[in-house]
Amino acid sequence: MRPAYGPLPAWAEITLLPLINIVLAFLVVGAIVAVIGVDPLHALRLLVVGALGSPESIGYTLYYATNFAFTGLAVAVAFHAGLFNIGGEGQAYIGGLGCGLAILALGRWLPAGLMIPVGIAAAALFGAAWAAVPGWLQAWRGSHVVITTIMFNFLASALMVYLMVNVLIAPGSMTPQSRGFEPSGQLPALPGSPLNLSIALAVGCCFAVWVFLWRTPWGYALRTMGHNPEAAVYAGTNLRRMTMLAMGLSGALAGFVGVNELMGVHHRIVLDFPAGYGFAGIAVALMGRNHPLGIALAALLFGALQQGGAELAFEIPSITREMVVVIQGLIILFSGALVHLPRPWLQFLLARRA
Amino acid sequence: MQALTSATIELCDIEKSFGSVQAVRGVSLRIAAGAITGIVGENGAGKSTLMSILYGLYRADSGDVRVDGRPVEMASPRDAIAHGIGMVHQHFMLIDSFTVLENMILGAEGGPLLAGGLAAARTELARLAREYGLSIDPDARVADLSVGEQQRVEILKVLFRGARILILDEPSAVLTPQETDRLFRILRTLKERGVTVVLITHKLREIMAVTDHVYVMRQGRVVAERRTADTDSEELAELMVGRKVRLDLDKALPRHGKVVLRAEQLSLVDERGVRLLDDVALELRAGEIVGIAGVTGNGQSELLQVLAGIRPPSGGRLTVGERVFDARHHGSPAEMRTLGLAHVPEDRLRQGMVAAFEASETSILGYQDEPPFTRHYLLDGSAVGAHCSDLMERFDVRPRSPGLRSSHFSGGNQQKLVLAREIARRPRVLLVGQPTRGVDIGAIEFIHHELVRARDAGCAVLVVSVELDEILSLADRILVMFAGRIVGEVEPGRADERTLGLMMAGAQAA
Repeated sequence: MRPAYGPLPAWAEITLLPLINIVLAFLVVGAIVAVIGVDPLHALRLLVVGALGSPESIGYTLYYATNFAFTGLAVAVAFHAGLFNIGGEGQAYIGGLGCGLAILALGRWLPAGLMIPVGIAAAALFGAAWAAVPGWLQAWRGSHVVITTIMFNFLASALMVYLMVNVLIAPGSMTPQSRGFEPSGQLPALPGSPLNLSIALAVGCCFAVWVFLWRTPWGYALRTMGHNPEAAVYAGTNLRRMTMLAMGLSGALAGFVGVNELMGVHHRIVLDFPAGYGFAGIAVALMGRNHPLGIALAALLFGALQQGGAELAFEIPSITREMVVVIQGLIILFSGALVHLPRPWLQFLLARRA
Repeated sequence: MQALTSATIELCDIEKSFGSVQAVRGVSLRIAAGAITGIVGENGAGKSTLMSILYGLYRADSGDVRVDGRPVEMASPRDAIAHGIGMVHQHFMLIDSFTVLENMILGAEGGPLLAGGLAAARTELARLAREYGLSIDPDARVADLSVGEQQRVEILKVLFRGARILILDEPSAVLTPQETDRLFRILRTLKERGVTVVLITHKLREIMAVTDHVYVMRQGRVVAERRTADTDSEELAELMVGRKVRLDLDKALPRHGKVVLRAEQLSLVDERGVRLLDDVALELRAGEIVGIAGVTGNGQSELLQVLAGIRPPSGGRLTVGERVFDARHHGSPAEMRTLGLAHVPEDRLRQGMVAAFEASETSILGYQDEPPFTRHYLLDGSAVGAHCSDLMERFDVRPRSPGLRSSHFSGGNQQKLVLAREIARRPRVLLVGQPTRGVDIGAIEFIHHELVRARDAGCAVLVVSVELDEILSLADRILVMFAGRIVGEVEPGRADERTLGLMMAGAQAA
C-alpha cells in the first residue's frame, strides 16, 4: 500500500479506470493475436460483430451475461460479509437440480403462473442449502469456507453424475438427462436465441442485492461483519447467524444459473450445465468492484466475450477455443489483478488538470 | 550507518488537502539537529499529516522538505529512511507472534537465509541497547511484552534502520504514567547521544517535560513557535485551542438515584483457564460516575465486555434494570442496548466503528434496526444522514461531513462521534472505556463535560481509564482493580495519586 496519491474521483473510479484496463487488455490481446498471424483489427471486428452484430448474437450475449450476473452477485454478497465463496459452481449445479426436481414433480399439475415461481424458489432453496453447509462448518466449526466450498463443488458434481446416470435418467434414454419439462416449467424465450425470462430475474437480483446491502439493516450488519467482525459483535450482530445468512443468499443467487440453463434453455436436467460460470463469477465480481451495477456491466462484457469469442473461433481456424480462453483470461487479469496499474498516472493526470 | 550528528530538517510552505478538506495550510517549520522538538495541537490540527509528509507516507500538494538546506524528494518511507528519518507510529507495526529479533529484521532480512541477518541483528541490538540504554530480551515474543516494552521495540526498530531523526506520533497514548516517564528518560538519552527527536502530542505535560522547542498547530497552520523554557502549559493550551481553557472540571455533587446495574461475584475464566475476572462486585446508581482505576490488563477491559454483553461471564450474577443475567442466561450486546445500556468501547477503531464506513453509517452502529433509521425493513439514508449531522453539531465533530469515511476523522473526532452516538440515546447506564485516549485538550474538556451532563441527567456512568488524573477529576467514587479483582474503593476527595498507585500495584490499602 502506498497512499502517496489521493483517491480518484468517484466517476473516474467506476468508469475511466475499468475502461483503461479493458483497453490495455485489448492491446496485449492484439499483440498476441498478431503473433499467431491474425490481423488484430480483423479479429476485433469479428469479436464485436459476433457479440453484437445481429439480434441472435445479442440474444446469446445477454443469455451468457445472465449467468455471469447471477454468479457475480453470489460472490459479491459473500465477499461483503468477509467470506470468499468459491462454490458458485456447485451451488449453481444443485440449484438446477432443485428447480428440475420441482418441475419434474409438479409440472404436470401446476400452471406456468405457479410452476415458474415454484421452480425459481426451488433453485434458490437448493443453492442456498448447498452453500449453507460450508457456512455452517465455518460458523460453528471454524472450517474455512474457501476450502469447504471448493470441496463442495466436487461433491455436487459427483452427486449430479450419480443422480443423472442412476436415478433421474429418462427411461430408455442413452444419454444421462432427465425427461423433458412440461411446458408450464419452461420459461418464455426469444425465438432463435436462448435468451429467456431469466434475464429479468437477473436484473431484479441486481437491484435487490443493492437494496439489501445498502438499504436494509441486515445488509448493514453483513457489511459491518465483513469489514470489522469485532465491531459487528459490539453492535449486537450474531456472527454465526450472519455467516449463514450471507452464505445462504450467495448460494441462492448462484442457484439461479439453474433457472436460466434448465428452465430457460435445456428444458430438462442435464449434466455439466454450470460450465465454469461459478468460477467466472469471481472475476465478474472483482471487475464489478462487488457492486451490483458494476457486476451488471462486467457480466455484459463477459457475455459479449463468450459469444464473440465463440464466433471468432468459428471464423478463424487458427484462433482455437483455448485461444479465446486466453483472451478472456487476459481481460480478467487486467481488470482484476492489475486493476491498480494505471491508477498512479491517472491520478497524476487528473491532479494536474484540477 | 553511524553518522554522529543528524541533519537539520526544514519544511517549507507545505500544503496538503484531502478532497475538500485542507489538512495542512502553508506550514513552515525547522527541526533542529540533536534537540527534541515538540509539535502540539488539537486532533485534526494537521500534526500527523505533516509528519506523514516528512516520512513520505503522503505527498505534499506543494512546498518542499529540506535536509540540511537541500530540497529532497520524500516519495516513500524508503526515501525518508535513506535520509535517516524514522517514525514510531501510534499504533504499533509489530508482528505479535514474532520475537523481538525477528521483528527487528523485518524488511531488512539481509539475504535469503535468516541466520546471518539474525546474528548481525543480535550484535547490533546489543550495541544499541548499550548505547541508548534500551535493554530488551531479543528472544522474547512481542505478544508477551508489555505495551511500554513493545514501544521500546518500535524505537529500536527505527534506530536499527539507521535513523538519526526520530518522529514519535502520540507515543504516550497507550502508556501508563510510569511507562511514559520511562519513555521520557529514553528520549533524553537519545538526545544526549545526538539523535533528533520530534514529538507529536496534544499533552502539554509531555511538551513541558521533555522538549527544547515547541510548535503549536491549529487548523492546519503553525500558530506559534516557542522555546519550551519561555512558555507554560496555560499559554500553550490557549494557543492550541484559540481560547482560554479550563483544565479542571467543575461539577456539582452527585444526586444518587436507585441502583441500575449490579454485579455480584462476577467471574470470567478464559479458554486457557486464566481468571480474568475474579469475584467482582459493584453497584452503579443513577446519577453517579464510578471510575475504575488500574494498570492496563488487570481485568478492566474484560469487565466492560462482560457488562456490555460482549463476553458471557463464567460465573456470578449481573442485574441490569430489572433483568438478571448469569453464566447460563447471559445477555447479548443487542439485549443490553434495549435495557438502556450504552457502551463506548475502549478501542474505538477496532470495536466502536467501522473504519471503511461513512461517518453516517458509523453513527448508527448498534442501532441500525431501530426507527427512525429503519422503517418498513429499509434503512432510511436521509434519516441516518440527518441523525449524523445532528450528532456532529451537538458534539462538535469536525469536519461536519456525514459522508466522509470514518477513518478520515482524527482520533478525537472519532471518539466524539462514538460518544455522541451512545449518549444521544439517553441511556440509563453508560459504560465508557478510555474516554480520552488519543484525544486532545479541547476535546477532553468537552468529553468530560458531556459525561458529567449525562450523569446530571440521571445516567449511571462507569468510566474505565488508565489516566489517573481523569479518574480523579471525573469520578464520584473510585474502584481500583488489580489482577481481575476490585481491591478497594476510594472517595476522590480523599484519594491521592500515591495511595491509588499503591493499590493499583497490588498493595492492599488500609
